[in-house]
Amino acid sequence: MSRLALARAAAMTSVPVSAETTVNGVAAVCDPLGGLYLPESGMLVVSDLHLEKGAAFARRGMMLPPYDTLATLTVLSAVITRYAPKIVVSLGDNFHDRIGSREMPEEFRTLLANMARGREWVWINGNHDPDGIFDLPGTSADEMHYGGLVFRHEPQPGPQRGEVAGHLHPAATVRRRDKAVRRPCFATDGARLLMPAFGLMSGGLDLRHKAMHGLFDRAALIAHLMGKDRIYSVRFGNLTG
Amino acid sequence: MDQNGADSLANLPAPFQRWFAEKGWRPRAHQMELLRRAEAGESTLLIAPTGAGKTLAGFLPALTDLTRRGKPKPGTGFRGVHTLYVSPLKALAVDIERNLMKPVAEMGLPLTIENRTGDTPASKRQRQKLNPPDILLTTPEQVALLLANKESERFFKDLRYIVLDELHSLVTSKRGHMLSLGLARLRRLAPKLQTIGLSATVAEPMDLQKWLVEQKEGETRHSGLVTVEGGAKPDISILKTEERIPWAGHSAKYAIPDVYDLLKDHRTTLLFVNTRSQAEMLFQELWTINDDNLPIALHHGSLDVSQRRKVEAAMAENRLRAVVATSTLDLGIDWGDVDLVVHVGAPKGASRLAQRIGRANHRMDEPSKAVLVPANRFEVMECQAALDANYIGAQDTPPVGAGALDVLAQHVLGMACAEPFDMLELYDEVVSASPYADLSWETFERIVDFVATGGYALRAYERYARIRKTKEGRWRVSNPQVAQQYRLNLGTIVESPMLNLRMVKRGEKGRVGRGGATLGKVEEYFLEQLSPGDTFAFAGKVLRFEGISENEALVSQGFSLDPKIPAYAGGKFPLSTYLADQVRSMLADPERWHRLPDQVRDWLALQKDKSMLPKRDELLIETFPRGNRAYLVAYPFEGRLAHQTLGMLLTRRLERFGAKPLGFVATDYSLGIWGLEDLGLMISNGRLSLAELFDEDMLGDDLEAWLAESFLLKRTFRNCAVIAGLIERRHPGKEKTGRQVTVSADLIYDVLRSHEPDHILLQATRQDAATGLLDISRLGDMLRRIKGHITHRALDHISPLAVPVMLEIGRESVPGEAHDAVLAEAADDLIAEAMG
Repeated sequence: MSRLALARAAAMTSVPVSAETTVNGVAAVCDPLGGLYLPESGMLVVSDLHLEKGAAFARRGMMLPPYDTLATLTVLSAVITRYAPKIVVSLGDNFHDRIGSREMPEEFRTLLANMARGREWVWINGNHDPDGIFDLPGTSADEMHYGGLVFRHEPQPGPQRGEVAGHLHPAATVRRRDKAVRRPCFATDGARLLMPAFGLMSGGLDLRHKAMHGLFDRAALIAHLMGKDRIYSVRFGNLTG
Repeated sequence: MDQNGADSLANLPAPFQRWFAEKGWRPRAHQMELLRRAEAGESTLLIAPTGAGKTLAGFLPALTDLTRRGKPKPGTGFRGVHTLYVSPLKALAVDIERNLMKPVAEMGLPLTIENRTGDTPASKRQRQKLNPPDILLTTPEQVALLLANKESERFFKDLRYIVLDELHSLVTSKRGHMLSLGLARLRRLAPKLQTIGLSATVAEPMDLQKWLVEQKEGETRHSGLVTVEGGAKPDISILKTEERIPWAGHSAKYAIPDVYDLLKDHRTTLLFVNTRSQAEMLFQELWTINDDNLPIALHHGSLDVSQRRKVEAAMAENRLRAVVATSTLDLGIDWGDVDLVVHVGAPKGASRLAQRIGRANHRMDEPSKAVLVPANRFEVMECQAALDANYIGAQDTPPVGAGALDVLAQHVLGMACAEPFDMLELYDEVVSASPYADLSWETFERIVDFVATGGYALRAYERYARIRKTKEGRWRVSNPQVAQQYRLNLGTIVESPMLNLRMVKRGEKGRVGRGGATLGKVEEYFLEQLSPGDTFAFAGKVLRFEGISENEALVSQGFSLDPKIPAYAGGKFPLSTYLADQVRSMLADPERWHRLPDQVRDWLALQKDKSMLPKRDELLIETFPRGNRAYLVAYPFEGRLAHQTLGMLLTRRLERFGAKPLGFVATDYSLGIWGLEDLGLMISNGRLSLAELFDEDMLGDDLEAWLAESFLLKRTFRNCAVIAGLIERRHPGKEKTGRQVTVSADLIYDVLRSHEPDHILLQATRQDAATGLLDISRLGDMLRRIKGHITHRALDHISPLAVPVMLEIGRESVPGEAHDAVLAEAADDLIAEAMG
């Protein structure tokens, strides 16, 4: 649970070891807590929160720990405190199922309301939660165009200049001396960027997986891996998988 | 041995008397003794070596009782199953049906026998529920399934006997725990039920005797015991060789020509090894020098089933000269005319050795012949110790152990599926099973709570409960889907995620073609460590890894002569406590060296000269410099699992004491740690206290801190979570294609551990880890044993005894804690590139 620990310690660390990059010419910062910050517009992007995932499984008879929502919100709160963004964009699969946002307990609603106070909040709809949000601050949308970028949940096939998307939960593996380490990552070739899943109980899909084919110019693709307390940037050619 | 056989023959029903007479056979004394006790109403454990007619003994009470009862008159209504036979192996149930049908048909006995396994068609299973056979041959999983059914009471009400085969191997596992709970339920459904346990020789027969009968608080109850003394003493020797025995390693390559000569001199040889990778390698090496083209085959659990069946059939027909095998062949199936067992690598346990040698022939009056082939010098001592043990009949089978909580959770849900249960009644039933005799009411309550809503302190899931209390105060399942989920999830064997290996052709420009044959399965974690182009040996071939596609790993024919071999942690049995103690005492006592080969004796003498030989209960620690590093080697002899845990904990502590450790490597016998600071000097000048370093308190906070990150504990948690029904079992072939929507057990573990560290499932995980992959309980015993008996030798050079572990450095990687350092190095490449 390094990200939660990092979020708890975030109050004390002044400068996060993040990675700077550009998407379609727009400057962006990949933060080790899992958020993407765009300094020019003061926008914070997070993706695939999968809130109420434990409850969604419990509804189907698998009693997963009911602590995932609180853990994810704790990290979200830390990254919002760090950048004090004007706009927060959550890139879809905000909830793990359709009724998640309706059934979420009151205490978590309050937490979200506090985070949203004084800023704009946009909920992009995902495949897990296509009906949008219920009784939460902010607006719902299927996609959003803003400052030369387009924000949507599922990446469109083929090269898409300026697309920032989630959905695929990219992760990457590096290997040294017989030891392999796999971490969630931001993936970008400078034209488009894929966000890692922000939800603490969400897994990853390897960048080499078939589902990622054709999305990037692999020669320019860099994986910004989420380490314990910093981002590690590795060229696609140096990954294993 | 047949004196009372003749008297009691008269007690058998007429068809049996005739049959024995026609065959010119007599029942053996223990068969009649078991029958006598069964008829007197006693449950009994029969301990007998292979070939003693255990199976017939086990079934005789059922067969005679059914014969006396006769065929039911038409119209007498439903009759439940009379006898259950439970075996750990599907194949065994099928085998027994064949072997039992023959005499039953010859005698014309009025009874029906059927088997029921996972392979039995649904229609037949359905029919069996409506019209059960008299004798049902089945597996522990099927017993649990039948018990979780609404019809279980009717089905089992007439049950008289349950015959438990290979009981020694069943009871030590979670499957045994599951079966013990099932047995407790069966006793309630059929109060007249008697148990008959069939077992090979074990260290503590009393554990099994208790297991067989109902336990009551404040009383010690146990079954009767019939023991058949082992037949002819096996003829075991250690391979005599002119070659140099290596200091380290597990390949035993030096001995291959000698082993090949043995194969030529025998009709059929079984070659046992401890791991799948050793099997692959031995098989390859033998074929390299197989100038006579002897039919030599390979058999291990990861091979494709059809390939295994082929080997088994060829073996039964005596078409093979040798089979290289792992533990898949350990249990009692007949294997044709084997006249030699070769054990390559040390056997790791005396009982394991005895059972494997039992394979060599099934005629108990002829001696079995076996040759041990130690792979290195420590193994020579271990083989000698095992050999001595086999002669004196020592046993070191693992203890039965406390019943696992994840298994209990599964059982509680199953019982709710059968019929609504009263908590107090079910508790009494559960603690009547010997593995659960010490279960507290409080723990039981928490398990029921876990089954209902996950058992979390944050009570968020009441409305989604899987089982609920009725108005009458009984717990029942909330909806039929819960029962459905239970059935899909049932069982205690959780395989690590495996991928199929599919053979493909490499085309132009490295393009990979589609679809060849599947060769078998390999663990996903092993494949994750490979890069395309890496080679490894599998199914007797050298394969080139091409990549992963969907749920398959694609491989092509490899041409490398030095393949990377599949790692297989599951097959690495740790050295048994008994053999470890024997090796320590052999080391301490030069009187016992005369039976060791000259090279090994010289090695020990040299150690005595250059450093010292520890006494039996002493822990020797050597420190010495080498290159620009300082080394510390400890010799606990507690098996590699306990040593790995010790290594993890010691490096943490050394770090804290400022000794700057860099890494460690563990073998079955010793542990080597290296670092930057002069450890010898730190110990001599008092900056580092060995007593403090090896204090038991490392099992407190240090252990906790390490466990938080340990992938071994995560793997243990995953198994517990699947068995307890927290996450769904992966069904091979039914995985979703493309993106996995399953949850990651690692992430659940992280979330649970940071929010509710005392959760019942984390407790179950720690309990498992204590005896399983981390072997913490054995480490604890060792730390207590060596307290006040640590001897330090500061040396200028490496000692002879330290050479084996030093040779492992670099060959054995420290099992992977995920280090950010790896990421940092990879990222440095990018920086270097950017700097131009």
